[in-house]
Amino acid sequence: MRKVPNNRAWWLVLPVFILVAFSALIPLMTVVNYSVQDIFGPNAAYFVGTDWFREVLRNESLQASLGRQVVFSAAVLLIEIPLGIGIALLMPTGGKRASLCLILLAIPLLIPWNVVGTIWQIFGRGDIGLFGRFLNEIGINYNYTADPVDAWFTVLLMDVWHWTPLVALLCYSGLRAIPQAFYQAAEIDRASRWAVFRYIQLPRLKSVLVIAVLLRFMDSFMIYTEPFVLTGGGPGSSTTFLSQTLTTMAVGQFDIGRAAAFSLVYFLIVLLVSWLFFTAITYPDRDK
Amino acid sequence: MAEIQLKSLAHSYSRHPEGPGDYAIRQMSHTWHKGGAYALLGPSGCGKTTMLNIISGLLAPSEGDVMFDNVRVNELSPKDRNIAQVFQFPVVYDSMTVFDNLAFPLKNAGIPKARIEAKVEEIAAILELEPVLRKKAKGLTADEKQKVSMGRGLVRDDVSAILFDEPLTVIDPQLKWKLRRKLKQIHEQFNITMVYVTHDQLEASTFADKIAVMYDGQIVQFGTPRELFERPNHTFVGFFIGSPGMNLIDVSVTEQGVRFDDIDVPLDDGQKQRIAATGSSNIKLGIRPEFVQLTAAPADDTWPCRILDVEDLGTYKIVTLQLGEQRLKARIDEDQMISGDTLHVGFPRQWLKVYVDEFLVDEQTEEAQS
Repeated sequence: MRKVPNNRAWWLVLPVFILVAFSALIPLMTVVNYSVQDIFGPNAAYFVGTDWFREVLRNESLQASLGRQVVFSAAVLLIEIPLGIGIALLMPTGGKRASLCLILLAIPLLIPWNVVGTIWQIFGRGDIGLFGRFLNEIGINYNYTADPVDAWFTVLLMDVWHWTPLVALLCYSGLRAIPQAFYQAAEIDRASRWAVFRYIQLPRLKSVLVIAVLLRFMDSFMIYTEPFVLTGGGPGSSTTFLSQTLTTMAVGQFDIGRAAAFSLVYFLIVLLVSWLFFTAITYPDRDK
Repeated sequence: MAEIQLKSLAHSYSRHPEGPGDYAIRQMSHTWHKGGAYALLGPSGCGKTTMLNIISGLLAPSEGDVMFDNVRVNELSPKDRNIAQVFQFPVVYDSMTVFDNLAFPLKNAGIPKARIEAKVEEIAAILELEPVLRKKAKGLTADEKQKVSMGRGLVRDDVSAILFDEPLTVIDPQLKWKLRRKLKQIHEQFNITMVYVTHDQLEASTFADKIAVMYDGQIVQFGTPRELFERPNHTFVGFFIGSPGMNLIDVSVTEQGVRFDDIDVPLDDGQKQRIAATGSSNIKLGIRPEFVQLTAAPADDTWPCRILDVEDLGTYKIVTLQLGEQRLKARIDEDQMISGDTLHVGFPRQWLKVYVDEFLVDEQTEEAQS
C-alpha cells in the first residue's frame, strides 16, 4: 500500500479530543475564566488578574479549613491504611468464611454517602442513638453536636468505618496474588512472621497500596457529604472541611471569582500531594 | 548434616484416600545417608516434589515417619529441621539487593554480621554473582534469579540437608552444565547431604553418587548410575535410564525357558525355578540396546532378524530390527558396517534380564532379599 504523506490521521484523534474538551478542558477553563475576573452581571465583568488568588491565600477561614483538612486526611491515612492491611492479613484465605468476610466488608462501601452521614448522625445521638447512648450510660460524657473533640472523633470513626473496607479489599486481593512459593521459600529461609510481612507481603502489596493511599487521600481531602450531614461542619466550624467552605462560598454567597480561584488552588494541592505520595511509594523500586 | 530416614512413608493429597490411585507417594521406606549427593529421578508427576516437601517439612505426610538422625521430625517446621530447599522456579525477594537475598537466611538465624558477609561473599564468588551483588534482585535475569535462589540454600553450611527441586529447569543449557559442576564442587567442599530432584538422567548421573529412581509414587531402585544401567531393578528403570531405553519383550514360560513369537529363549535352571516360584504370568525379557549382539553369520543362540532402520548419530548407530513380531533397538559402534537387510541377533546371557510383575528376578535379587 502506498503511504500518503498528509496530516489527515489527526481526524482520528478528534473524538477523544472533543470528549476530553467537554469533560475536562472546557469546565476547567471556565473556572480559570471566573478566577481572573470580577463578574457583576452578564455585561459587567472586570479583569482582576491574580487578585482573587492573593485574597484566597490570605483568607484566614480558608487557611483554618485547609489546616483541618490536612489533619483529617493525615488521620484517615494513618488509621485506615494500617488497619486495612491488618484486616486483610487476618482474613481467611479461601472457602466460605472468606466469602462471608468479603460480603461483610463490602457492605459499608455500598451505602450512599449521605445515608452514611445519617446513620452516624442517629447512631451517635445521646438520647436515641445506640452508640451515643451507650457511651453516656457507661459514664463517658459524649456529645458530638456540642464538643469539637467528640465531633472530630465521630467524623473520623465514620470515615474509618466507611472506607477501611476498601483498603482491606484492595490489600486482600494483593495478598492473594502472591504465589505460594514465596511463603514456602520464606519458611525454608527461617523467616519470622514479621520478616515475611516486611520482605514478602509488603513489597508485593506496593502496587495496591499506591492505589489505596491515593484513593483514600483524594477522597478524604475532598470529603463533603458525610460530615455535612453528620455535624453540618460544627460545632462552630470545627469540622468544616475545604469542600464545605468552598460550597458555602460558591453557592451560599455566590462569590464566584473567589470560589473559582480557591477551586484551582484546591485542585493543585490534590494534584501535588497525590504526586508526592506516588513518588514516595514507588521511589525505592528504582535501582541506585 | 543429618541422615534422613523415611519410614513406611505414604502421602495422599485427598483427605480420605480410597485406592492406591489416591496416593502421591505409596508406602515406602528409604534412607538418605549423611553427606551423600543423591539424585531423585523420575518422570513428571511421580511424586518427587511431594517427597521433597515432606522431607523439608513444607508438607506433613499422611502416614509414616520422617526421621533426622533417628529423631522423629514429623511435627517440626522447616525452620526447626534446619533444612534448605531450592525450588524449580526462582524465588527472590524483589525489594532486597542480591546481597541481602543471600544474607536473608543467615540473618534470620541470628548469625553475626561479619560471618554473614564472609559467607555471602564466598557463595557469590562460587556462583559468579559478584557483579550484581549490590543490585536489586528485581531487575535480574531468570538465570541470575535462580542462582540467587540457589545461593540462599547454599549459604547455610550448618543445614541438615539441601534439597533441590529441579533447580536448573529455567537455566540455559550451557550455564546448566556449569552450575551442576559448581553444585558438585560445593558438595565436595562442604560435604552436606544433598538431594537433587530431576527428570533428566544425565543431570542425575553427573551430580549424584547414587540415584533413586521414582515411579508411580515409589522408589523402584536406588543405586549408582552404573547399577541402574547394568541391573535395572524394575522395567521402568530399564526404560527410563539409557537412550534408547531397554528392550522389553512380553514372553511366556516353556520347558526350556521362555518364548515369544515362535522364538525360544533358553534360560538356566535357577532362573526357571525363580520364575516358576512366583507363579505370575506377567513375564518380560529385558536387554539394553548396548548389549544386543548383531552378527552377519549365524551362531549358537542367534536368530535371524530384519533390519528396519539405521540411525547414525555420529558417534554410534541405533539399529531398529524386527525379530518375530517384536521391534528391538540395538546400539552399535560407528564403524560397524550394516549390509543387507537380514542379520543375526544374539542376547548375551549375562545381560539378559527377566522381569516378573515388572520387577527383576535374578540371583543377586534373591541374595539381597534373603
